[in-house]
Amino acid sequence: MTSTKVLEVKDLKTYFFTSRGVVKAVDGVSFELAEGETLGLVGESGCGKTITCQSVLRLVPAPAGRIVGGEIILEGENLLSKKEKEMAHIRGYKVSMILQDPMASLNPVLTIGAQVAEPIRIHQRLATRSVWEKVKEMLRLVRIPSPEVRMKEYPHQMSGGMRQRVVGAIMLSCQPRLLIADEPTTSLDVTIQAQYLKLLKELQAQQKFALIVVTHDLGIVAKICDRVAVMYAGKIVENGDVRDIFYHPAHPYTQALLGSLPKIFEREEQLMTIEGQPPELHALPQGCSFAPRCSVAQDLCRREYPPLSVLKEGHLVHCWLCASGKG
Amino acid sequence: MNDILVEVKDVKRYFPVNRGVIFLKRLGYIKAVDGLSFTIGKGETFGLVGESGCGKTTTAKLLLLLEKITGGTISFDGQDISKLSGSELKAYRSSVQAVFQDPYSSLSPRMRLGNIIAEPIIESKSLPQKAVKDRIAEVLNVVGLRHDAHELYPHELSGGQRQRVAVARALASNPKLIVLDEPVSALDVSIRAQIMNLLHDIQRKMGVTYLLIAHDLAVVKHMSKTIGVMYLGKMVEFAGSDELYFHPLHPYTQALLSAAMPSHPDDKREEIVLPGEVSTPFNPPPGCRLQSRCFNAKPICTAAEPELKEVSPGHFVSCHLY
Repeated sequence: MTSTKVLEVKDLKTYFFTSRGVVKAVDGVSFELAEGETLGLVGESGCGKTITCQSVLRLVPAPAGRIVGGEIILEGENLLSKKEKEMAHIRGYKVSMILQDPMASLNPVLTIGAQVAEPIRIHQRLATRSVWEKVKEMLRLVRIPSPEVRMKEYPHQMSGGMRQRVVGAIMLSCQPRLLIADEPTTSLDVTIQAQYLKLLKELQAQQKFALIVVTHDLGIVAKICDRVAVMYAGKIVENGDVRDIFYHPAHPYTQALLGSLPKIFEREEQLMTIEGQPPELHALPQGCSFAPRCSVAQDLCRREYPPLSVLKEGHLVHCWLCASGKG
Repeated sequence: MNDILVEVKDVKRYFPVNRGVIFLKRLGYIKAVDGLSFTIGKGETFGLVGESGCGKTTTAKLLLLLEKITGGTISFDGQDISKLSGSELKAYRSSVQAVFQDPYSSLSPRMRLGNIIAEPIIESKSLPQKAVKDRIAEVLNVVGLRHDAHELYPHELSGGQRQRVAVARALASNPKLIVLDEPVSALDVSIRAQIMNLLHDIQRKMGVTYLLIAHDLAVVKHMSKTIGVMYLGKMVEFAGSDELYFHPLHPYTQALLSAAMPSHPDDKREEIVLPGEVSTPFNPPPGCRLQSRCFNAKPICTAAEPELKEVSPGHFVSCHLY
């Protein structure tokens, strides 16, 4: 691999200390991301996808939440050893994040232009005129029609798809190295979603940023991701190339997730289901957390957490079935 | 034809837009549903797809008599529903039930599950308490919850279980038609499949009819026998689900299907991107509603509104191209 590594997360642990006990929201997560690469972080609600991303930006809700272990290395520098002031310069400059609901991430009382200008002004020290030039350029980049007019408007004057594109303009205005998109299209319609994902990919091809897409929609993953990390109960259970995951899923949870997805151009009577509910994170079962819902669980699974098995270069899985000498 | 349960004929729902308080000035209408026609066969699932604001939910509300019909008729089992009153209306209300999107807001947090499920039974007919209790236990069993779950409150359940309760409530009064308004979109992927299988089993066993409203094309395809595609209050295409997905005719349907997410990484389809965004249903211009975004627009599209035509048996499309 000749491409440069942008992000490396090693054994990240983010715990929440609550009155009901310690919630291990992220428990030993590791992954890597190269320049221009797209990672899909998949899992059900409450599996720790969002907390993983918040940890990368060091925005975990304090005081309950704390990063208790691991390393987050962005271009050779460990973000966990940075001071808060240094982090403030990294957020929005080197790492940006797009949130699910564009209405909630835009300020309703500021114009679009002022909001796109903010990160440019803070991080790039440009003269006022060049700031506005840059704003116009960014809005044009995300295909906002007539940016000169639109930049004087307020978020409520725009449609959902356009607002999400404005958020994209804000996040990309400083050419970040890493963009985290947390469920970027959940609130958008089908055709607008397709437009937005296409735009995101085009911008990635131009600016070469690494992209993390957090989603529960495997369709989005199939469409835009190069690599996939499947999370369950705070841990990455399987990590691999998008084709390996879709065509040769190794973990029973990944297999079940794929089987429970209705296929648009096929006809099937029954969908595969996963019995039961995801576990409560403050009372995780011993051993593999998926074991209680797993159809092929053995005694060993209920006793010990499975080690990491490497199926092939870049395809990693935590499952006793794949552990050497077992399967 | 005795196997048609619902017949919607040229139904309209306009919302007037006014300015002023005392001296009202009528600015125009939002044509949320504008001349919609379709039929649903007994024991079938009819899927309605379209983007937000296309009038799917308004259609559901019209069927549930939660909105007044501005024009046209909806007949249910041969009766015009807007003319029902008294005991007939009561009977209609108990034979049409709904399951909504968000099971967190559709169940009252202050009622026990038993009372939630019993409400439609008690409202529709007076039964002895024992019979009501038996019915609650029965529907809880059907949806796969423990029979002693009627003691619980909604907050004690997970999202998937709550949606099961919502289904149980809809089943309680033995309805003929259940309106499913985005029944799985608020649920997690693995739970989604559970609820879809449950709804499927219930239909097979009890023969209820579903009107399914969803924006996820794969979900609609999986559950429906016939599917109607709506755009700005109009039905643009209407056909059997396989026919519609494999031979979409209307440009909007084609674009919508091409925008659907692939089911695996090599599922590459031709991309048809419609420029712009859905325009508003407020005083729409004459002609086809899609004219400004259509890649095949011709002069006639701005002049005359296309009619819904049957191009092959059971496949209706409203477009000047055909």
